[in-house]
Amino acid sequence: MTALGGTGADRSRILRVSGPLVEIRCPAGVAMHDLIALGADRLPGEVVAIRGDRATVQAYEYTGGLAPGHIAEPLGTPLSVRLAPDLLGGVFDGLLRPLADSGDLLTTGGPATAASAGPSWPFTPRVARGSRVAAGAVLGEIGGRVPLRLLVPPGLAGEVGWVAPTGGHASDAVLAEVGGREVRMAQRWPVRRPRPVARRLPANAPLNTGQRAVDLLFPVARGSTVAVPGGFGTGKTMLLQQIAKWCDADVIVYVGCGERGNEMADVIEELGELTDPRGGGRLAERTVTIANTSNMPMMAREASVHTGATVAEYFRDMGLDVVLIADSTSRWAEALREFASRMGELPAEEGYPAGLASRLAAFYERAAAVRTLGGAAGSVTVIGAVSPPGGDRTEPVTAHTERVVRCLWSLDRELAYARHYPAVSWSESFSRDATVLGTAHARAGDPGWAERRGRVARQLASADRLADLVELVGSTALPPRERIDVLAGRLLREAVIQQNALSPADAYSTPGKTTALVEAALTVIDRCLELVDAGTAVDAVEAVDFTPLLRARETAAPAETAPVTAARDTVLARLEEAA
Amino acid sequence: MTASPPDGGVTRGGGTTGPVPVEFTGVRELRGPLVVVEGVSGVGWDEFATIVLDSGERRHGLVLEVDGDLAVVQVLEDTAGMNRAGTRVAFSGSPLRIPVGTGWLGRVCNGRGEAADGGPPVLGAASAAVGGAPINPVRREPPDEPVLTGVGALDVLTTLVRGQKLPVFSAAGLPHLELAVQIAAQATCGGEPFAVVFAGMGLTHADVAFVRDGLAARSAARELALFVNTADDPVIERMLTPRLALTVAEHLAFTEGRHVLVVMTDMTAYAEALREVSAARGEIPARRAYPGYLYSDLASLYERCGRIRGRPGSVTVLPVLTMPAGDITHPVPDLTGYITEGQIVLSADVQASGVGPPLDPLASLSRLMRKGTGPGRTRADHPALAAQLIAALARSRQVADLADLVGRSALSPADLAHLELADAFRRRFLAQGTDENRPLEDSLDRAWEVLLTLPRSQLGMIPADLLDAHAPAADEGAR
Repeated sequence: MTALGGTGADRSRILRVSGPLVEIRCPAGVAMHDLIALGADRLPGEVVAIRGDRATVQAYEYTGGLAPGHIAEPLGTPLSVRLAPDLLGGVFDGLLRPLADSGDLLTTGGPATAASAGPSWPFTPRVARGSRVAAGAVLGEIGGRVPLRLLVPPGLAGEVGWVAPTGGHASDAVLAEVGGREVRMAQRWPVRRPRPVARRLPANAPLNTGQRAVDLLFPVARGSTVAVPGGFGTGKTMLLQQIAKWCDADVIVYVGCGERGNEMADVIEELGELTDPRGGGRLAERTVTIANTSNMPMMAREASVHTGATVAEYFRDMGLDVVLIADSTSRWAEALREFASRMGELPAEEGYPAGLASRLAAFYERAAAVRTLGGAAGSVTVIGAVSPPGGDRTEPVTAHTERVVRCLWSLDRELAYARHYPAVSWSESFSRDATVLGTAHARAGDPGWAERRGRVARQLASADRLADLVELVGSTALPPRERIDVLAGRLLREAVIQQNALSPADAYSTPGKTTALVEAALTVIDRCLELVDAGTAVDAVEAVDFTPLLRARETAAPAETAPVTAARDTVLARLEEAA
Repeated sequence: MTASPPDGGVTRGGGTTGPVPVEFTGVRELRGPLVVVEGVSGVGWDEFATIVLDSGERRHGLVLEVDGDLAVVQVLEDTAGMNRAGTRVAFSGSPLRIPVGTGWLGRVCNGRGEAADGGPPVLGAASAAVGGAPINPVRREPPDEPVLTGVGALDVLTTLVRGQKLPVFSAAGLPHLELAVQIAAQATCGGEPFAVVFAGMGLTHADVAFVRDGLAARSAARELALFVNTADDPVIERMLTPRLALTVAEHLAFTEGRHVLVVMTDMTAYAEALREVSAARGEIPARRAYPGYLYSDLASLYERCGRIRGRPGSVTVLPVLTMPAGDITHPVPDLTGYITEGQIVLSADVQASGVGPPLDPLASLSRLMRKGTGPGRTRADHPALAAQLIAALARSRQVADLADLVGRSALSPADLAHLELADAFRRRFLAQGTDENRPLEDSLDRAWEVLLTLPRSQLGMIPADLLDAHAPAADEGAR
């Protein structure tokens, strides 16, 4: 076995194959995380351990047919992806290879890397020849639906030797020369290394997701982190898709990580059809989709979240607000576990490697509001789904994730079974951004925001508490004010918190409409309380038809408030009749 | 490599393909279902192997690991009776391939694809690797047309959609096999070419007889391929059975243009086989000692459903599994639920009430239903009707709980109406004989009949025009 040196200095041979784990004879000079081309098909793999003269490689593709003695060629670079404006609107696998270029079935070898041709992008230079620029400086602007910029890449600085004139350029064309080096529109970056920034900024601007349960009760700031744990059937993917479609970020990076193929097909189709509420065009044109479904190679799933984070940072560096959605981080953690197990690592909880908590924390830390190298403000907000086995919130992935995120939108099976969507539990979710966002809303001219949120939360909690009692003694046994509290809980749930993803009017809600709905519900509740305090029979109040208020969220368009006010007035009038 | 194009020549069934190449005799270790062979060269991972015992008996295996000159082979038929000296192992040079084509229709085979009906081996003009290849997500067509099962509760409340994967979650003692057979026997796709591939894993002989009997008509019509691994067949063979079924189904769908329903039962028996191999390999166990890759392994089966843009057929997958001790958080139903697009849940409580099929309408859900129902697909009133019926049943359940605590006398008139609805639901809608093929129209009309036990004011989810069409306003006065 000692004579397997290979033909060239860097050629090597495979020693062992066990699924995605491949061991090779390790030539000197091979570094951790270097890419290795395995076998005649040159399957990509990454060095994850070096022990003596053996290196362990995790293969990113199906390794069927690979045998000891086959060639392994170190490529000398870590796993890197090509970053370019044409990522927008595209669908890629976990290694950012375009899926549109592949056939009906994905076979090994994978899709080719992006063709250098492609559409031409309008470019306008913003620097003059001879000026001195540092890393992150804007060399020019790239037109398109989202305002993009050509930046001096990290690590480069110097004099502008040449810059391309205004006009259309292919995305792989050289557009400038800085410090004697060519700068292209398309750049490469290693996925496991966060892109550098000047500094982190406090995350204190709200990200409006368009989902009332979230914006009203558990808001998230731009540059913050969210975990969405929920058992199967609780509507995790649906909620994340709604946010991908309607939140007011500039760019969405959607990573389908070990999830369903039909679901990805659905996302891709819908994004291609829906019109962006912010400035027209297709939603797909500001979305990058990374699809690594559950039956695609598992280790590419491991890479896909890092790939997604790198793409998000690339757009962030242009001064954009980016939302990175990873569905589901549990499948990513399972890929880590699978490989750790094959490596023979000592398991920690439930077979997961001991490094799980730090790997999760490191991933969420790629979220930030930042001052970019070029001085612009940008952000990456990370929203990760978590799929706890058996709905068990104490399992390692959920438990470790909860500790590192700023917001938790916990999805509740009871709510989902009652077809209450989005099934965000108000008792088990949290938002550590709420206080700072209350200040932000007050500065932006809505001083009542924090108080309104508090009132809704209290009202829901009190209705929940009473619900337990009602189950025991029946609602008629409660005092009048408490019966109105039960009614108030129902009104808030059905008129405000619930949202119908399938209704064009209700699929998303602007801050204005959300406020109008909350105020309408609270006004009606207050009036009910006043009436029973003044002696009106509770039965009469309960018998009032509140339907107009319950339907207002679907009768008012996403940015409309007038129909909501009208519905409130109708119900108030009916209350007066009942009095 | 997994899905190379059809290789032309005629291939024989049963995995005993071609002449036996170089044989290796260096058996170093025999343990559980595993054979470790030493002194091999050029053997690739996931290759198919043929093992010849000194008695001349042939067995089959798959390469789980290659390390230098060692190969670890998982034997499908188990290692009983094998010894170190007389065992010879030959490797085929490629992953397992089987013949595909319409030749499987009308046939009954064992879990390895060998004829079990006394007929000749199944032949096919083409062959395909049993591992399959992932469908490109970009090339998938989102499912949006129904498969009608003739089971009213399913067709109305959890509509099965072409290209969907929808499991049946059951428990020991519940009639899941009866339901699976009824669906397999009755399912249609609106007159388009259709076929059923039925994979049985760990079935008792009585179960097998029941399945063959129940599906005899379908088989005679050459619309059925049946693969059966019985409870006393080799356990490891179960890992192959669903893959054979899916490989045959994919060809029937995407090459022959049929809509194919794949029924796989019992997936719990499959997962146990997986766990057995994992334990024999000394792998680090995850939940309940199932291997950490159970999710990915199940996904490699379930995700083979779907439709492909520009091709006429579809593969719809209906896995059936028994939840050990009725526990829905057990890894097999739990991970299945995370992969599939909804679930059909059978409930012991409903079974106890004496009506069948014992579906739990609230726990059951078809996530793709909204795309596969409505005008042009089923009937215009279907989506709203189903949503309202589910909502009303949810309220009924709450009311029933309340009635248990405080007595019926404390209930409001609306609450009492919901109790009546639950009763009508069981009697008029859910109850259906295992040999009754109920047309969709009839099922939908029964759903209306059940729903109209409630006053109109309780039907807020149904648009007014639909209500007017089905519930004349005159009725309102009477209530």
